[in-house]
Amino acid sequence: MTRNESSRIWGRLAAVAHAVGLGLALLVICLPGVWIVLSSLRPTVEIMAKPPVWIPRQLTLEAYTSMFGAVGQGGVPVWDYFRNSLIISVTSTVIAIAIGMAGGYAFARFRFRGKSAFFLGLMLSRTVPGISLSLPLFIIYARLGIIDTHFALIITYVALNVPFTIWLIDGFFRQVPRDLAEAAQIDGCTRWQAFWQVEFPLAGPGIASAAIFAFMTSWNEFALASQLTRSVNSKTLPVGLLDYTSEFTIDWRGMCALAVVMIAPAFALTFVIQKRLVAGLTFGAVKG
Amino acid sequence: MKSLRLGTPFLLLLPAIVVLLATVALPLALSFYSSLTPFKLTRPETLWVFVGARNYVNAFTDPVFWAAFGRTVLLLTVALNLEMLLGLGLALLMERVTRGQRLLRTLMMFPMMFSPILVGFQFKFMFNDNVGLINNALQSLGITDAAIPWLINGTLAFIAIVTAEVWSSTPVFAILILAGLLAMPREPIEAAKVDGCTPWQSFRYVTWPFIMPFAYIAMTIRSLDVGRAYDIVKIMTDGGPARRTELIWTLVARTAYSDARMGAANAMAYASIALSIVFTVYFFRKLAAARTQIAAEW
Repeated sequence: MTRNESSRIWGRLAAVAHAVGLGLALLVICLPGVWIVLSSLRPTVEIMAKPPVWIPRQLTLEAYTSMFGAVGQGGVPVWDYFRNSLIISVTSTVIAIAIGMAGGYAFARFRFRGKSAFFLGLMLSRTVPGISLSLPLFIIYARLGIIDTHFALIITYVALNVPFTIWLIDGFFRQVPRDLAEAAQIDGCTRWQAFWQVEFPLAGPGIASAAIFAFMTSWNEFALASQLTRSVNSKTLPVGLLDYTSEFTIDWRGMCALAVVMIAPAFALTFVIQKRLVAGLTFGAVKG
Repeated sequence: MKSLRLGTPFLLLLPAIVVLLATVALPLALSFYSSLTPFKLTRPETLWVFVGARNYVNAFTDPVFWAAFGRTVLLLTVALNLEMLLGLGLALLMERVTRGQRLLRTLMMFPMMFSPILVGFQFKFMFNDNVGLINNALQSLGITDAAIPWLINGTLAFIAIVTAEVWSSTPVFAILILAGLLAMPREPIEAAKVDGCTPWQSFRYVTWPFIMPFAYIAMTIRSLDVGRAYDIVKIMTDGGPARRTELIWTLVARTAYSDARMGAANAMAYASIALSIVFTVYFFRKLAAARTQIAAEW
């Protein structure tokens, strides 16, 4: 065998190994989710079958129709949890973004004493594990009588999201050149107008992705929600999912369907930011 | 005008300060105070009894606490190292892809959309000894006949939890390291090749130092949020069987809400906060060191 030939064979082998490795990695990454979706569409007998049934013989939407039916699957009021999750996540995101925009703008455009100490404090407040924070919050909220209300979770999630939104939005405002707003001010805008008409639109896509990040954090949060909610008044979907496991026999199909309902908004939103992020990054208004 | 200039950033930050004081700083002060009392939820008057460091002494002399603490540190160490290694491997595989890289990157982000509670549920389902995908696959392939009790045996349950943790967080590492690889200048690698370095040498001494800061950014982001492993453990095993997968967070929750011993739980909670802060600060400093090294070399 000539050297040329053997090196070509080695190259081909490396390419095959690369493809196999990548394929395996993607299989491990995607399989669990696919399996959940598949299981939510199969009759329970197929999930429980021994020996296992690998290729589904029939697919039904029964799990979804019964879940969103009048009482909900197994008495779990999915609609109420869904509504609570939506109200709490959207409201806390809007508030956190408003606060984060003010804070991020302050960090990006002003110099002030104690800036880095303040930033460190923000980050450290984020490291407190949810379950540790839930203890004193539980005592305080119980004393104030706001346990099991939307308000309690909204204010908590705002605090949870503010540090990270400030961090992200600070970065996005920094990417908007300072000259732009100054030029607008020379042209007769007030600082307030310059912010809304020049800097805000340019940082907009970034702020939108920070908002989606905050929304996902609230939508997915469990440790605090599990302690600060008690009933259908304010229980969110992650807490609702645990309700299923506490029943005597676990309804795997119903849980899979609920899991799909939980993941769907996150899935859609991630696709949205991907596009907007690319658009936002290639949005150079001033060159050089 | 001068006073306005000083006041504006403060005014802009005021809402953030108020919210964080009200829902993080003040509660933490309260939880520190209550960790010095024998406070029980069932007897509110115990909040006013001061016992000094007794809760801390009790916790630090309790083998159950140290078992949970040690297991938490072990879980974090194993999980973070595996995530780092697998993330690096995945990023290197992705870097060599020439066509469809954007689609693959989207697919790679898939686990990041899952909330920890969903990750826990999903692996609880897959590792179930009776209907789980993993046992079914092992049996269909004829590797074993018995149903392996993944979530019932203590060691196996720990492995299952590490698997769930690693599955959900590896993409964070992969995406950030990939960003580092794509941002890396080509010349140093070419130069190393010309100088006769083996692929391993040029990876170890050229590529690796360059992507270190990116890996540490991932580590720092990840360590900000280590406490969320609570969600995964809560739904998968709830610290069971017989406390063999008890982590510090599940122990805090159990002491506080099942036993209603708030004072003692707050003392342990402070230990868990200290743990998070140590992890975060450690990686933050590593990140700073790696950055200055890069700045000095390039």
